[in-house]
Amino acid sequence: MLLTPREIKKIAHLARLGIDAEDIDAYADSLSGILDLVAEMNTLNTDTIVPMAHPLNQVQRLRPDVVSEVNQREQFQSIAPQVEAGLYLVPKVIE
Amino acid sequence: MYKQTLSELAKGLRSGAFSSQELTQTYLKRIQQHQNLNCFITITEEQAMRAAKNADARLAKGDAEPLTGIPLAQKDIFCTQGVKTSCGSKMLDNFIAPYNATVIDKFNAAGAVMLGKLNMDEFAMGSSNETSFYGAVQNPWDRSCVPGGSSGGSAAAMAAHLAAGTTGTDTGGSIRQPAALCGITGLKPTYGRVSRYGMIAYASSLDQGGPMTHNAEDAAIMLQAMAGFDPKDSTSSEVTVPDYSAGLNNSLQGLKIGLPKEFFTADLNPDIAATIETAITEYKRLGAEVIEITMPHLKFAIPAYYIIAPAECSANLSRYDGVRYGYRCNNPVDLADLYTRSRGEAFGAEVKRRILIGTYALSAGYYDAYYIKAQKIRRLISEDFTKAFNEVNVIMGPVTPSTAFAIGEKSGDPIQMYLSDIYTIAINLAGVPAMSIPAGFVENKPVGLQLIGNYFSEAHLLNIAHRYQQVTDWHKHTPKGFE
Repeated sequence: MLLTPREIKKIAHLARLGIDAEDIDAYADSLSGILDLVAEMNTLNTDTIVPMAHPLNQVQRLRPDVVSEVNQREQFQSIAPQVEAGLYLVPKVIE
Repeated sequence: MYKQTLSELAKGLRSGAFSSQELTQTYLKRIQQHQNLNCFITITEEQAMRAAKNADARLAKGDAEPLTGIPLAQKDIFCTQGVKTSCGSKMLDNFIAPYNATVIDKFNAAGAVMLGKLNMDEFAMGSSNETSFYGAVQNPWDRSCVPGGSSGGSAAAMAAHLAAGTTGTDTGGSIRQPAALCGITGLKPTYGRVSRYGMIAYASSLDQGGPMTHNAEDAAIMLQAMAGFDPKDSTSSEVTVPDYSAGLNNSLQGLKIGLPKEFFTADLNPDIAATIETAITEYKRLGAEVIEITMPHLKFAIPAYYIIAPAECSANLSRYDGVRYGYRCNNPVDLADLYTRSRGEAFGAEVKRRILIGTYALSAGYYDAYYIKAQKIRRLISEDFTKAFNEVNVIMGPVTPSTAFAIGEKSGDPIQMYLSDIYTIAINLAGVPAMSIPAGFVENKPVGLQLIGNYFSEAHLLNIAHRYQQVTDWHKHTPKGFE
């Protein structure tokens, strides 16, 4: 097995992703299977190849630096889990 | 009238044979009748009837566009203002989109009618529609089988004649694979051809929306409405959009078809191989010549994809934090608990798996070995296509290694599920366009033929598909119980 349950816990923490304790072994198993599958990449020498991030080799398009959005705060906050006085509420961060 | 193609319906609306309101009612009734297929997550009956009424007024005035009054259904990945947009996830089960995707705006401007939002794999991650929070979709050809995925609801709804056209999105085969398994026509355009604005992101360098229809003629009409430059999508292409219907009947005399030998290996069901061979013979009769080609890096497409797509997904899905919209857990004790539990409780197993793989591949110490390595392989795969298109006009092959599999057959084994996209994934990595068109049946289940073209060659692909559909009738078959 390539990934241990301990590593799964660490990755889940990095992703801020809750995983039930009883599922950790299954994730270790399936993720190890996926890493086995992708290991085939290592049979290919790619030392001189330039990585390709994007299919059209595009340059990021820029736009003029002018305001293009209107304020839609009320509309956006109408679907928020918890708001008060125009602010998004979260648990206390600073004691 | 529901059995007519989109193009026939457009003519019927113009001639006054029926109104858009009558047509919309007919489809809404069928959708109710066949609810057990589970194609729809949301049915927008009132809105549809309002849009149909407006369309009838436009038709009466004579300023109708080809899609005016045509009832369509949208994959639930496209944001629709005021209508729930779930992306097949518990995370967005309560999400009423505050704006429209560009594709939706374009359909609205064309006067199309939206019947509702279609079921899909959660966040488009899946090849069977089984990862949906709203449950599996049945394949109309065999209700014990999956329709494919992730655009499973879109494909099944077309096969069952529940809409005149549907939309899908394709990140690794999510339009073409369900189109093949449900016996319909599906087109994944060139990356950047259709705006991604308001199309919920899975893997941004691979995602592309496209039409799912009964035939190529209909796909041309749908794509015409969907395609084009959009300043709201920074990867949208500025290449001019041609008239997709104009060249449908062009001759295929002298067409050079490339058959990659890597597509025809032992993994391919021999009956599907025979079906593809028969279709190629038909193309020879239409004047095409066949050239065997080799694309040596195709076998690395699945490994590279299962790094690149999860890496992009782990970044894209980090926005779901339980703060601004979507699911929030009960009584979080602190901010970390809010993030972790909201995400843990609302994402399904496959989405979690891909977030974990992506996070791992992007983490310190593994980035070069996995992510950069996969991007290098992506270039080699893309170069395979460039080289092939120096020799041939179109590449053909299977879409899937098998026909529709049973619901539950592969859901416990992610690797087996991933391998069902073996013939479709390389196309997304390169960014070229491709189609699946019905080419026959194996044990009464549909088989798709894949047509792969060079960048921005959608018009030519549609022409190649249309000519085949003029001399075959595979796209006209209707599953039993849906006549």
